[in-house]
This record gives sequence, structure tokens and C-alpha cells, in this order.
Amino acid sequence: MSEALLVKEAGAAPVVAPASGARLFWRRLRAQRAASAAALVVLLLVLVALAAPLLTALAGQDPNAYHPDLVDSAAGGVPIGPFGGISADHWLGVEPQTGRDLFARIVYGARVSLGVALVATVLQITLGLIIGLAAALGSRWVDQLLSRITDINVALPIMVIALALLAIVPETFPRPVLIALVIGGINWAGTSKIVRAQALTLKSLDFVSAARLSGRGKWSIARRELLPSLAAPVITYAALAFPSNIIVEAALSFLGVGIKPPTPSWGQMLTEADTWYQAAPTYLLLPAGLLFVTVLALTVLGEGVRTALDPRAASRLRVGTKSAKHTEGGAA
Amino acid sequence: MTGFLVRRLGGAVLVLFALTAILYGIFYVAPGDVAQIACGPRCSPAQVAQVTEQLRLNDPLYVQYGHFLQGIVAGRDFSTGTGVEHCSAPCLGVSYQSDQQVTQLILAKLPVTGSLVIGAFAGWLLLGVGTGVLSAWRRGRLTERVLTWLTLAGAATPVFVIGLLLIIVFCSTLQWLPAPSYVPFAEDPEQWAWGLLLPWVSLALIESAKYARLTRSAMLETLAEDHVRTFRAYGVGERAIIGRHALRGAVAPVIALSALDFGTMFGGAVLTESLFGIPGIGRELVHAVKVVDLPVVVGMVLVTGFFVVLANALADVLYALADRRVVLS
Repeated sequence: MSEALLVKEAGAAPVVAPASGARLFWRRLRAQRAASAAALVVLLLVLVALAAPLLTALAGQDPNAYHPDLVDSAAGGVPIGPFGGISADHWLGVEPQTGRDLFARIVYGARVSLGVALVATVLQITLGLIIGLAAALGSRWVDQLLSRITDINVALPIMVIALALLAIVPETFPRPVLIALVIGGINWAGTSKIVRAQALTLKSLDFVSAARLSGRGKWSIARRELLPSLAAPVITYAALAFPSNIIVEAALSFLGVGIKPPTPSWGQMLTEADTWYQAAPTYLLLPAGLLFVTVLALTVLGEGVRTALDPRAASRLRVGTKSAKHTEGGAA
Repeated sequence: MTGFLVRRLGGAVLVLFALTAILYGIFYVAPGDVAQIACGPRCSPAQVAQVTEQLRLNDPLYVQYGHFLQGIVAGRDFSTGTGVEHCSAPCLGVSYQSDQQVTQLILAKLPVTGSLVIGAFAGWLLLGVGTGVLSAWRRGRLTERVLTWLTLAGAATPVFVIGLLLIIVFCSTLQWLPAPSYVPFAEDPEQWAWGLLLPWVSLALIESAKYARLTRSAMLETLAEDHVRTFRAYGVGERAIIGRHALRGAVAPVIALSALDFGTMFGGAVLTESLFGIPGIGRELVHAVKVVDLPVVVGMVLVTGFFVVLANALADVLYALADRRVVLS
């Protein structure tokens, strides 16, 4: 805002306006090689997840179709053929015992793993934002109450409470939705703590006081003045919460209380692959490797987002200084 | 200090009290037919009615919750159908499945989980702080970059993936180690250590990533401070600066995080225990969840919450003790 003012005061038309927040962010993100590579990997995974029906149609396979002829039932159901039954029809081989196509299951599994984590992250951030803002802007009483609730939320170990909640919900409830709700619904304390602390600091700054003195309501101030300043820490938090939610979903499914078969998820595939590592190693290594690559890429991307949004760290990237100089020159 | 401790513990008790209310509300009220769950799916209506009577489910809600609280504070009596069983002081109820008292069940599992956590804790502290010190010392060089990537990879790997791979490599393929198992320490210390080695290593590898990052950033922060520059100007060697001065800056945050993790791990080692078949609290919880054994589930979540709350308070106190600049208020 202050930079825009500078440009106006200079009164000179040809001044190059500074890059907008979003554009500067992209430039700073692209300046980091590791984060750019990670972003490409993530993009590819998201495309695969979105195009799952298309890709499986292309391969001519169905994730839930059994192919008993492709496994050696005499040998306990080991896939026939090299590397877990890889062939022109089955690009990544087939599942032991059932003969289901692994490529189709992996691709549909990506949908579940990424989708559940995404919904959980959005829910957790939204809840955290609402609760944190309410605590910072509400009366002392509201703040006390919400802060104590946050304390209780922190005291709940996510895995344990998610396990417990999954026990009492009827089986008929759509499982992926339930897991996203559980992970997101009990994991908002981190966000609300950051939001509350940040909002309390912002509240005492001049531009917020000015907005208050001009007679605007609390929620209008929260939306128009506080939210833009809260974006950086919250986006950073979300970017790093997303991969950890993927791990939580995989863990729950691995424990047998998450995604239920026949719906494939990487964590759930791992449980079943557990006993097959000698006879069909690819069956185990595929979901394990993909989980690792996905979480690593998302974490590196998250770190990149953090650096791009942190003015101190970003200044070391030497991006965006050029336009700033232009502004100074224009003002002078 | 005393005032802070009293207030902190008072707050902790309040949080735990609220936790019991929430858990009671969610687990005994929401799922509807507790008696049917307790009795099992094949129970006749008459049997269900009998269980309802036994569990006193016809009492008003606040009376039931009162009994639950009374059990925790003062103990309570349970009718077992044939007679009355007394469940003493911190009574968390009786398992629907095995008719065992939940408190006894948890007490029996504590040493198992404790063995796992203590060994892993020593491992991740050594590995994490060591890695952190090394990368702060070798900052800007290849060593640091390699360590940074290894740390990232560690943080990105779920513990069950590392654990599975370790089992496959060391137990099946190379056959260097026996399959992980739990033998009580008192019975055979050597077997105890060998059986727990892989779980310790897996947990330590994953958890140490956090500690490496924390140590490294705390040390780099100290290294940038003026007094370190003064030491350098006096001719103090790099080793002494790293080992004696920079490391000191990392002590307080590492201690605080350790206390937190230690508390969380007591309930949170669910995955490690399930994967390696170690019969601790986490594995018991997964089992209880699968058979909908509500008293066991609620008891274990409460005990876990208790450890976390305790660890939170402990972390605050330790932080202040390790870093005199922090004022407790």
C-alpha cells in the first residue's frame, strides 16, 4: 500500500509499479530451484489424480476388476510374469491374489490420498482462522473460552483421537469424507494459535485503529484489514500441513481404520502389501515410494512457499529488488 | 516460580477435566446404543436389557457422568452380573471385551510403551542434535547440504514405511536381526534390547529430523550474535565456539521439544507399535477401536491427554530453567 502511495505522490505516469503480491510470490518461488522442481512433481501428481478415470481408460483397466487368471493360485496367488506381472496391459503389474491392476489402483489411490488431505487441510485452516480471529477480536471472555478450547485441542494426540472417533461412526458413512472431517476437525489448534497471536499484534497497529475509528464493524475489519496480513503465515502453515495430513491418512488406512477396501488408498495398499514383500516387492514399493515422493515434494514446496513469503528469507533470493528500485527512482 | 507452577498445574487439571467431559459426551452419548455395543452384535434384546441394567444406562446423563468422574477420583463398584467388583481410585471403567479394569490394563501396557519410547528418545536426541551440530559447523559446505536433504527426507517418510523397509532388509533379506518382539527388561535385558532395536531405529530416524533442524537454526542464530564475534576476535577456535557457545543456545529449545515429544509419544507410538507388533498402549488402542471397546478407548485417550498436558507444563518449566532470560508468568 505504501509503495502504491509513493508512485502516486511522484505523479509521474511512466513509473513502473511494483510487482503485486501474487506476482512477487511466484517470482520468488520460481527463483528456488528445489521448490520449482517440487512444484512440477506436485503438479504432475495432481494431474494424475484428476485424470484418474481418463488414465485408467487409456490403460484399459478398472481398479476393482479381478483377474484371477493373472495370479498363480497354486503358489498362493503370486502374480504371473516378471516384476509382479508387468505387461503391455498391466503397466505396473497386478495385485497378488486378486490380480487387480496396480496402475489403476495407484492412480485412483492418488485421488483418495491427495483429496482427503486437501479437504482436511482446507477444513483445518478455515476452522483455525475463524476460531483464531474470534479469539483475537471477541471480548475477553470469548478469548479466554476459545483459548482454553485450543489448549484442550492441543492436548488431543491427533492419531489417537482420530482412531477413537473412527470407531464410533457407523460404517455406512462415506469413509474418505469422514477421514477428511476427522483430521481437519481435530487439528485446527496450530492455525488458530498463529492467527490469534498475529491478529492481536495487528490489532494495535495504526491502519487497523484507523479502520476502527472510521466506524467499520469487527468482521469488516477482520476481512478487509486483518485477513490480507494473515495470508502469509496461514498459507505457509497450510502448505506444510498438507503433506503431514497425507501421512495421517496413510497411517490411519495402514492401521486398518481409514479408507476401507475396495477403495484404494496408498496407506491401505501398504497394509495389504505388508505380507507380500518377498513374492511381489513392487506391490509394496509402489505405494511406499509414491508416498515418500509425494510428501517430500510437498514439503520442499511448502518450504519454498515459506521462503517466498518471508521477507527476510526472500531478500536473499535477490528477486523483486529491480522493481523496488524503479519505484525509488520514480519517487526521487 | 511456585506461583507459576501452581497456576500451570491448576490449568492442566481444568483442561483434563474438560477433556473427560468431551470424551464422555462423544463416546457414551453420541453412538446411541452403548448397551448393544457393550453386549456385542449377536445379543438378544433380553441380554441387551440386562447389560443396560448392569451399566446403569437408564440413569440420567449427569448421574452417569458423575459416576464416571467418581470412579476416577474415588473409585467405584461395578456389578459383573454375578457379583460386585470394586475398581479402586483412578478407575477408568471396565473393558466390555475382557471385563478387565481399564486402569490395570493401561498399567500393564505402560512399561512396554515406556521401553519403546525411552530407547527411541535416546536415539533421536543423539542423532538429531548430532546432525544439527554438524550442519551448523559445516554451514555452507557440501556436508550441510547433504544433511539438509537427508533431514527433509526423514521428515517426509512415514514411520511405517521406514519400519517396513528396515524389517525387510535386516530381518528377511540379510537375516541379521530377529523379528522385532517385546521381552520384558526384567526377564532378559539382552533380548529386550535386540527385540526393540528396529523400532527404536525407525522412530529415531523419523523424529531426529525435527531436532536436527531445531538445533541447527538455534546454533546459527547464536553464531550470528555479537558476543560470538567478540570470542572470534579474541582468537577462540571454531571448535570451542561451536561446542561451548553456539550449542548452549540450542539447549533450551531442544529440552522443551523433548519434553513435549516424550509426552506425545506415550500415546502416539500407535504406528510403531502396530507395525512391529509391540504390545503397548498404542496397539491396544487400535485393537480396542476395532472392537468398539469404549471404556478402553476413552481411558487410553484420557491417559494420553494426561501425558501431553503434563509434558506441556514440564516443557514450560524446563525451558525457563535452561534459559534464564525467560520469565515465567
